[in-house]
Formats: sequence, structure tokens, C-alpha cells
Amino acid sequence: MSGAEILQCLRDRFGPALLETHQDRGDTTAVVERRELLDVLRFCRDEPTLGFDMLMDLTAADYLKYPGREDGPRFEVVYLLYSLPHNHRVRLKTRVDEDDAVVASAVELWPIANWLEREVWDMFGVRFAGHPDLRRLLMYEEFVGHPLRKDYPIDRRQPLIGPPA
Amino acid sequence: MPEPTTREFMLGEGSGTGSGQTLQVGVGPAHPAMHGIIRITTELDGEFIRKADVEIGYLHRAFEKDCEVGGYNNAIPYTDRLNYVSPLINNFAYASAVEKLLGIEVTERCQYIRTVMAEISRICDHLTCVGASAMELGAFTVFLYMIKAREFLWELVEDVTGARLTISYGRVGGVKADLPEGFAIKVTSAFKQTREVLDEVHRLLTGNRIFMDRMIGVGALTREETIAWGITGPLLRAVGVGYDVRRAQPHWAYDRVQFEVPIQKDGDNYARYLVRMAEMEQSMRIAEQALAMMPGGPINVDFVGRPLDPAAYVDQGKQGKTEGLLLIPIRLSPNLQGQNQPAWEAVNAHDKRVVLPPKETTYGSIEGLMNHFMLIMEGYGIRPPMGEAYFASEGANGELGFYIVSDGSDRPYRVRCRPPCLPPVAALPRMIEGEMIADLVPTFGSVNMIGGELDR
Repeated sequence: MSGAEILQCLRDRFGPALLETHQDRGDTTAVVERRELLDVLRFCRDEPTLGFDMLMDLTAADYLKYPGREDGPRFEVVYLLYSLPHNHRVRLKTRVDEDDAVVASAVELWPIANWLEREVWDMFGVRFAGHPDLRRLLMYEEFVGHPLRKDYPIDRRQPLIGPPA
Repeated sequence: MPEPTTREFMLGEGSGTGSGQTLQVGVGPAHPAMHGIIRITTELDGEFIRKADVEIGYLHRAFEKDCEVGGYNNAIPYTDRLNYVSPLINNFAYASAVEKLLGIEVTERCQYIRTVMAEISRICDHLTCVGASAMELGAFTVFLYMIKAREFLWELVEDVTGARLTISYGRVGGVKADLPEGFAIKVTSAFKQTREVLDEVHRLLTGNRIFMDRMIGVGALTREETIAWGITGPLLRAVGVGYDVRRAQPHWAYDRVQFEVPIQKDGDNYARYLVRMAEMEQSMRIAEQALAMMPGGPINVDFVGRPLDPAAYVDQGKQGKTEGLLLIPIRLSPNLQGQNQPAWEAVNAHDKRVVLPPKETTYGSIEGLMNHFMLIMEGYGIRPPMGEAYFASEGANGELGFYIVSDGSDRPYRVRCRPPCLPPVAALPRMIEGEMIADLVPTFGSVNMIGGELDR
């Protein structure tokens, strides 16, 4: 299935929930309304013509300082799906604001989403509703802030963990 | 009343298997098999693992954040440290992702060099993985043999890149330098020795009763589970799915060479071992074919005069004696071997916005100097147009992907590395729960956890 057909298939099913699509540099991409996200993901996985059986990656980006996007929704959560039977890919994105940074968890669809969502929470502070165990993945529990946010300075020091002084 | 056993004495009455009393055992991070960077908390019922929790992040060093600070090529040394057993693949995958963002093509010769060097790295990675997991089962001889073979291959890597581990050989738009003279002959002899070692290891391990007992049926995942956990690479091929990025989405020169994608169907540690052993042979096949097919450099220009050393070259240029200067080959310092003009043209994309000019041009002409300056100075550099791109390549552990967002400036806005060994480590509790504590180590070895890319 070509990228255009994948997008058409999603558009037929979800219509206005697809906010934006592009095939820039050959990567099929769709921006999805947040409340429809889980349905879109489930449809992508279960619809046989799409057959996206693998969640290759789940990540996020902070658009706080991106030219032209300073006012828009701050975070973009990115899902990279791959289909083993059809050998095609799609990138789904959803946008969330800083004061309401919650996305539905995809753990029920793909168990790997568990760790990937923990990493996004750790690095960006985006929460995943319905996640069974939303702990930090890479940083330690006492760490304050979310390091991959654009307003987190790279040279900020935090106290090393240890027994309280 | 019977005398309590030692175990009951230590743990209280009724502490055997099935007694309902469990024991918490922490494995790592100081356990030698955990590489110092993984902590597994297990809940044991007798000798069986009832529940396990894996904790990672001990080697986190802000790779993705660091990439946002410097220019696009500045991230190359950081990518060396992702999967540090096969750093060349990381280099090339990252460079290819940026090239996709820029929309440029590298030269034919460079595609072949990337293919050859990536395959040599893959063999090194598999040798380390198989050797180390065999050693953890007590097969120390195998480890020594395999590290010996890896040594031959690392010598090749050293020949080409000048370093063994932190090679920083890839560049956006090309590679650092051309292959050294006589490289193909060295590869032939190193592969001959590697094949001898693989043959020996096959005879030592593949039919070995002890090894088979410890590996067969241990740490198994089903096909459905493997896919749902997003696991790629040898672990996915061990459950009978022939997914290999080199075959599914060919990049570099993989569509021009013949190779097989070895698969097994059992999904246990033994199947993973067999897949890795078979893949090493395929990697050697790919590297040999790519070397044989490798196109030569461009036709050399007829040079006039004897080679000059760079300082004299610059002096002449300063005095305005620039006529015909570019036609005179300069004697480059040995550190820059393979980077002279003809080699440069062969291995780099001909795009002034991306690739540093050859040193003769930088030293010998004002255009070259300006080009160099514009790429090096802060705020200039490589500037891909705004947008995003994802490039996937087959790392030694599975799909190694880079997702890069550009805001049009000279620094990446966001770099995301899809670490191929994160999904299997996330699925590790699923593999070890219900099995014996002694099986934790071989299963962990078969996952081939590499801390550098896992924690980034």
C-alpha cells in the first residue's frame, strides 16, 4: 500500500479527526486529534489492509522554540508504526498543550508502549492516561523536571542521590 | 520434629518451592553479567522466578539532548557510543538520516564502503554477543576464540578509521576517508580466520550437550509476543519472521548484493544463537561481494610537479602563486590519509552545503577556505530545510532508527534514536518469569543488551 493510499484509508474512516497529513521526504505522516488517537491506533493495527502490527517507536518533541510553532500546542507525541505483512510505515502524531499534557496510553494495544511511554513521561513530562505504572525510565525518581524539554538547560545540575544530609 | 534444612534454617520454615514464601533477590547492577548497568529485582519462589522488574538508566548520558546543542556532524562521536560494539552502523545510520532530511545522495563508492564497514561491525557485534553469553555458561574457550576473531576485524576497522572503538568515521554526506590501500586483501585474510573460528565454535557449541540443555527452550517468546513487544533483529528472526531492514527497505548497497536472511522458529536462546551464527556468514558474504563490486574512484587528473607539503602550498597561495596550484598534489599528513582530492570526490556527496572541501582546496583556494569556514563556524554549518525524517537501518540488534526534526537552523531540533535493544530488555521480565534463576544469565546474554544504546 502506498503512502497516499494509507492516508486515504485513514481519511475515509476518521475524516475530520485527521488534522493534517503530509508525505514529506517519503515518510507518510498524519496528525491525529488527541481524543481519537487510541481509535486510530487500534484501527491501524486491526484493519487487515493496513496491518500495522508493530509499534516501532513512540517518542515526543517539544515545539516550544520551533519557528512558527511557539504559540501552538507545545508537545507532539509521535508514533512510528510498521507493518510486517505489508512492509509499509506510517507516522502518527498528536499534539498536546503543556497545561493538559495527557495522552491515552497504548499499553493495551502494544505492551512495548509501557516502557516507551515511561520514557516520554520521564523526558518530556507528558502523561499517559491508563498507563499501569508510569514511573521514570532513565532518570532517577528524585530528579526534578523533564530534561528533553526545550526550557530545561543542558548544564543544569541536580543534587546526586544519596541519603539525606 | 525433623531437623530444619539449611535453607529452612536461613529463611524460616516451609521456604521451599511452592511454600508460598518468596525471596527477593536483586541481580545487578554490580553483578558481572549485568554489565554494571542493569538492575533486575526478582521475586523467587524456591529457584523459580515468579516476578521480575528491570531497572535501566544507569548509563544515561543525555545523548538526545547533547545532539541538540552542536551542529549536525557534532553528533557523530556521540553515535559511536550508542552501540559501542558496532559503532560504524550507528555513524552511518545517523548520517543517512540527516542526508534524508537534506535530500542528498552519497556517491556510489561511499554506499559500498558503508555496506562493507557496517557488515564488519555486525560480525564484531555478533561475535561479542555469542562469545560473552557462551562464557557466562562456562564456555570460556569460545569467548577467547571469538574475541580473537573480533581482534582481526577490529584491526581492519583500525586500518580504515584509525580507531578501534570510538571510530567517528561516518560523515553527513560521506565518510571521513577512503579505504586504505590493499584493504580487500586484508579483509580476505581476516575473514578466512574468522571463518575458521566460527567453524571451531560450531563444533564446540552447536551440538554440545551442556550448551544445548542450557539454551533450548529457555527464555522463549512466541511469535505474537515478539511482534507485540516491537522486537526486531535476531530475536525476531528467531521466531520465524524474516524481517530485516536490509532486505525490506534496502539502503546503501544492500539491494545489489546477494544474501539470505537466516530464520529459526523456536524463539528460544538456542534459536537466537543459531540465527546470530548464520548471520555472521551472511555478513561476510555481503562484505565480500560489496568489496568486489566496489566502483573505483574517479579518473585521476594528470598532475604536474612533485608533491608539496601543505605549509609550502599555503605559502605559495599567500604569495598569489595560485596558477595551477590545485593541480599539484600536496603531501597530506598521515592522519589525513584517504582524504586527498581524488579520494574525497569518490567517497563524499558533491554538495558544498554539506561536506567539507578536500584539504587541498581549503588550503589552496579562497573558495575552498570560505566553504570550509561556512561549514565550521557556529551558526553556519549544515542547514537542512525545516521538516522531519525517519531513517531505519539494520543494526546488529535490530532496527536502528533515527528520527530527526529540523527547524532550518544549523543544529538538529530533535534527534531521537530508536534503540534496537530497548524492546527486548523491556520484554525481559516476560522471558524470565516462570523460569529458573540460573536461566536469567543466558537469557540476558541472548538479548545482547548494550548499555550505550539502551540508556543513551
